[in-house]
Amino acid sequence: MAKPILKAHKIRSDWCKGCGICVEFCPKKVLELDEFERAVAARLPDCICCRLCELRCPDLAIEVECK
Amino acid sequence: MAINKYLRERFFPHLWCPGCGHGTVLNGMLRAVDKLGMSKNEIVMVSGIGCSARISGYVDFHTLHTIHGRALAFATGVKMSRPELNLIVPMGDGDALAIGGNHFIHAARRNIDITAIVMNNRIYGMTGGQYSPLSGQDIIATTAPYASIDPSFDVVELSRAAGATFIARTTTYHVKQIDDFIKQAILHEGFSVVEILTQCPTHFGRKNKQGSAVDMMKLYRDITTPIGSKAKQENPNLIERGIFVQEDKPEYCREYEKIIEKAMGS
Amino acid sequence: MQRNVKFVQGNEACVEAAVYAGLNFYAGYPITPSSEIAELLSGRLPAIGGKFIQMEDEIASMCAIIGASLTGNKVMTATSGPGFSLMQESLGYAIMAEIPCVIVNVMRGGPSTGIPTHGSQGDINQARWGTHGDHSILAFTASNHQDIFEMTVTAFNMAETYRTPVILLFDEVVAHMRERLVIPETGELPLVDRLRTSVREGIDYHPYLPREDGRLPMSDFGGVHRFNVTGLYHDMWGFPSSEPRVVHELIRHLFDKLENRVNHLARYKEFFLEDAEYVLVSYGSAARSALHVVKERRLRGERLGLLELQTLWPFPKEMIREKCANAKAVIVVELNLGQVLQLVKMAVNNPERVFLANRIDGVFITPIDIMNILRLIQGKGV
Repeated sequence: MAKPILKAHKIRSDWCKGCGICVEFCPKKVLELDEFERAVAARLPDCICCRLCELRCPDLAIEVECK
Repeated sequence: MAINKYLRERFFPHLWCPGCGHGTVLNGMLRAVDKLGMSKNEIVMVSGIGCSARISGYVDFHTLHTIHGRALAFATGVKMSRPELNLIVPMGDGDALAIGGNHFIHAARRNIDITAIVMNNRIYGMTGGQYSPLSGQDIIATTAPYASIDPSFDVVELSRAAGATFIARTTTYHVKQIDDFIKQAILHEGFSVVEILTQCPTHFGRKNKQGSAVDMMKLYRDITTPIGSKAKQENPNLIERGIFVQEDKPEYCREYEKIIEKAMGS
Repeated sequence: MQRNVKFVQGNEACVEAAVYAGLNFYAGYPITPSSEIAELLSGRLPAIGGKFIQMEDEIASMCAIIGASLTGNKVMTATSGPGFSLMQESLGYAIMAEIPCVIVNVMRGGPSTGIPTHGSQGDINQARWGTHGDHSILAFTASNHQDIFEMTVTAFNMAETYRTPVILLFDEVVAHMRERLVIPETGELPLVDRLRTSVREGIDYHPYLPREDGRLPMSDFGGVHRFNVTGLYHDMWGFPSSEPRVVHELIRHLFDKLENRVNHLARYKEFFLEDAEYVLVSYGSAARSALHVVKERRLRGERLGLLELQTLWPFPKEMIREKCANAKAVIVVELNLGQVLQLVKMAVNNPERVFLANRIDGVFITPIDIMNILRLIQGKGV
């Protein structure tokens, strides 16, 4: 099976409470918290579409779309 | 997002604290429902009182937000009267096993087809961090300033002894197991218990010096192990994760159908 | 035409009526003196495709019937004092969430375990004030088996009409006594079915928005409308709200929907009241002795009358004031320390002319007990 390719990484920052779970457990360190303590995908090209950020997000704020 | 169709989005962001594991449980539960391709109209979610119980307000199912500890009793009435509906009952540890302990063991004993999810954060969050029957000993809580002396229940062993026919345990760190176990629990015909260790950084973590939500999840990673692992043999203190019980036994509503047949025949 | 006549206990009359009214789900826990209701329904309900479940306690029983009502069933539980105490929190939930259900309390002596096998009427105020917070409640009672039948059917009808729990306050004496019961033919007594919404799928449905006539059409769990049911203050969709206007309107609605209909909800019977100098006010088993006294004294030319209450809550005070307006004295006959006495005193124009004939010792009040009080009032000596 071909490796999934990232189509879109969406974060609803109005739902994000900035707990940092997605940032800490991303195996490729794609995410970080911005100056307002909201998650942002800072290094998107590194994303491997594992979707762990989406699955773990306690605020249901992350959606990872893969091809 | 695939699971957004199950959400009542107008109530978001939700009321849980930053880093609260309950949101992750909600996340995983909806993925389980989505994978099963269930219709929103065939699911009834019944909850009690507490942080955990507010989960029912966020989902676009038939939702019954009841009183403290009694969710399973309400759910029994719903299920018994309309057995074709799927009953999901998320509960906190105090809700399920302190005030609701009697209903919990009796629902398990009947093996009524209800999926019970115990969101175990070992604390009463909504009322401000009092110890629960799952806190265990040597825990600091607002009602245990000198540390708790109460031993805790083991949810798995309690459920097994009471007669539950599907019993699983995982944590918010092991997130893929959440939807997998809940999915299997929903499919299982009988009383299913899924215990999910879920962090309360605000009340449990802070008082017990367990750090942030991230730190608490790392702890779940480090103090748990798959059932029967070698690590468990070497370190008996590890908490086992996995499916402990999965057996077919007569389900309550089906048994009652036989009573109806008998009564109508006579 | 051959009538369906039975010789039964009061509890059995209640069961016959509940089935007649359309009961199809019962949850309960054994307790004297109500257990016969559970025993009989465990046999009757499955035979008509209904469901019976014996729960782990009375709390669970009350919760289970609320759950089953939400799927569209007519539901009931039966208990006695200690169990009724346990049900108070979930009774409040049914009031708040406006769930139709019927709760039978076969009263025995209390407080606490009291005297399980003897009669009492000590739970009148508990029925009204047992659960916390401002609210209103419907409670009916009956003194004989035909009336138990009728009031039980009425209870189911009222529960559906007003989306509310309805309490049937029977007492041990009536519940365990055996007498003749004529079971009405189908259609003889009117039945109120669940009012379901006509709002179609996909259209916004408001489970807590009363129609102009005050009724709230329901949608069954499992149907096309998904909504929230909560014990929290809630808006017209059933979602929690702390908006002051929403909260105010909700509490007023829960209270007014019954309290503004007191006269309409009042069920009572009157015997020889037209020219009565002495009016006995009574209910339940005690009303049987009261009626005996009235009939017997009438034969001797004494102008006694009886007002027998069947609706206890909301308390029909205007009706009582009218019926007692011309009485020299009013004697409330009841098996407690004067729970209805106090209400009657508040209702009438001359509270100092209201007296109590009662017993609280577990022994049924006799006509002689009542006569003794009457003679004292008349200054004739006992």
